[in-house]
Amino acid sequence: MIVLDDLSKVFTSRDGDAVVALRDISLTIDKNELVTIVGPSGCGKSTLLRLVAGLIRPTRGRIVLDGAEVAEPRPDTGIVFQSPTLLPWATVTDNVLFPLKMMHQLTLDSRQRAASLLELVGLRGFERKYPRELSGGMQQRTAICRALIHDPGILLMDEPFGALDALTREEMTLELLRIWTERPKTILFVTHSILEAVMLGDRVVVMSPRPGRIAEIIDVPLGRPRTFDVEGRREFQACAQRIRELIFGGRGQRAAAAD
Amino acid sequence: MFLPAIVMVLLVILWEAAVRLFAIPVYLVPAPSVIWTDSLAMGGTVASHTVATLRTVLIGFVVSIMISLPLAVALTSSPLVSNSIYPLLVLTQSIPKVALAPVLVVVFGATELPRIIVTLLVAFFPLVISIAVGLLAVPPDLLELGRSYKASRLQELYRIRLPYSVPFIFSGLKVAIALSVVGAVVAEFVNADRGLGYLIITSTAFFQVPVAFGALILLSVMGIVLFQAVVVVERVFFPWSPGQETTVV
Repeated sequence: MIVLDDLSKVFTSRDGDAVVALRDISLTIDKNELVTIVGPSGCGKSTLLRLVAGLIRPTRGRIVLDGAEVAEPRPDTGIVFQSPTLLPWATVTDNVLFPLKMMHQLTLDSRQRAASLLELVGLRGFERKYPRELSGGMQQRTAICRALIHDPGILLMDEPFGALDALTREEMTLELLRIWTERPKTILFVTHSILEAVMLGDRVVVMSPRPGRIAEIIDVPLGRPRTFDVEGRREFQACAQRIRELIFGGRGQRAAAAD
Repeated sequence: MFLPAIVMVLLVILWEAAVRLFAIPVYLVPAPSVIWTDSLAMGGTVASHTVATLRTVLIGFVVSIMISLPLAVALTSSPLVSNSIYPLLVLTQSIPKVALAPVLVVVFGATELPRIIVTLLVAFFPLVISIAVGLLAVPPDLLELGRSYKASRLQELYRIRLPYSVPFIFSGLKVAIALSVVGAVVAEFVNADRGLGYLIITSTAFFQVPVAFGALILLSVMGIVLFQAVVVVERVFFPWSPGQETTVV
């Protein structure tokens, strides 16, 4: 369970001005829950993820993970960034093994584990390839394997499919749902796509910008497993509609009609 | 591939013809054939001079790598270190190496040591700069990735910063190997009893101009071969390094 307790984050810009990135964020995420965070750019959703990852410290408030406060990066967290950030000099397998190497947890069966993860995401046979030999989608799949290699309980994903084309994106969304079903984890998934947020999430956290705060938390009343068929359902549309209203305000009606 | 070779052969033929046609004295511009026969006549001596120069070049080059790597790491590790070392580095570069060579001979004696020092003083600076640029060019994403898996500073250096710098290191090495040859010859002009630089000085002193030309040609061949060796090492051991496409062969 992750508890975000009244978090605020203030950055100091280069000319000395204080910029409030996040204000009064309180959120509780259950074990193995998939929570998506959606909001316009500048709403601090990536900052929120970095706070949970322990990469930066909150200005106020605290993050409690299974009873312990997060003060630094933790070994039971895996992160997927927007760009694959693979090491160009390492093969697919070595990229996947990177977290284990950093944390001195490389064992005899690590390679076997990497191979089975790669198989899970459909990259069997690409173990010895270099990142530049892979497509964007394959690179991001490798990055997902890397985030899963040390079997973390928590997966933090920062717009992981944002740089992919629309078709690959849908494919990856289903893939993520499949992986999550096979290996349940607590997932915090940041996105700027409303459909992606509803499609994936048990709950959708809608954020509003300047300063970043939670506008509303929406329960998605859709069962699992989900496929893209649920997009046609009334509940799905209602959720998406509500998010649009929150983000666009009055303008949302026309934007939704045009969508 | 063939075109430069053809042009080269044509130029040599033109040179030979011009020297014979205008009866240019051998002490001004010797014909290629004379350079060849005269140098070959001294074959054993020329070979031992070549080996001596090659030795100085290679030792100077290797030592400058050994100095540059830790220096670049130190320079990029903190602003404090950078601010205290960098002016000293610039100072070493502002001293004319030719002027420094005689002083070094007085200090270290007429051995190979001052020659190696001059060689590395000429070669190491661009190497330090390009390695430092590479170490600082690592994308913040990769560093954040390392931090999120609790990489230590040493791990960050070995697993992220240094591998990322490989293309930068090699562009520095290509400059350094070329400058090593220059440095070695400059040092041999001032103080040596062996080496191609020494051979050029002595042979011109005795008006053996064809031999001096032979030494010049050997020096440029040495420069090209060593440069290509660096290119090949990069290509073989670091095939992912993007530097290989940009090199001029």
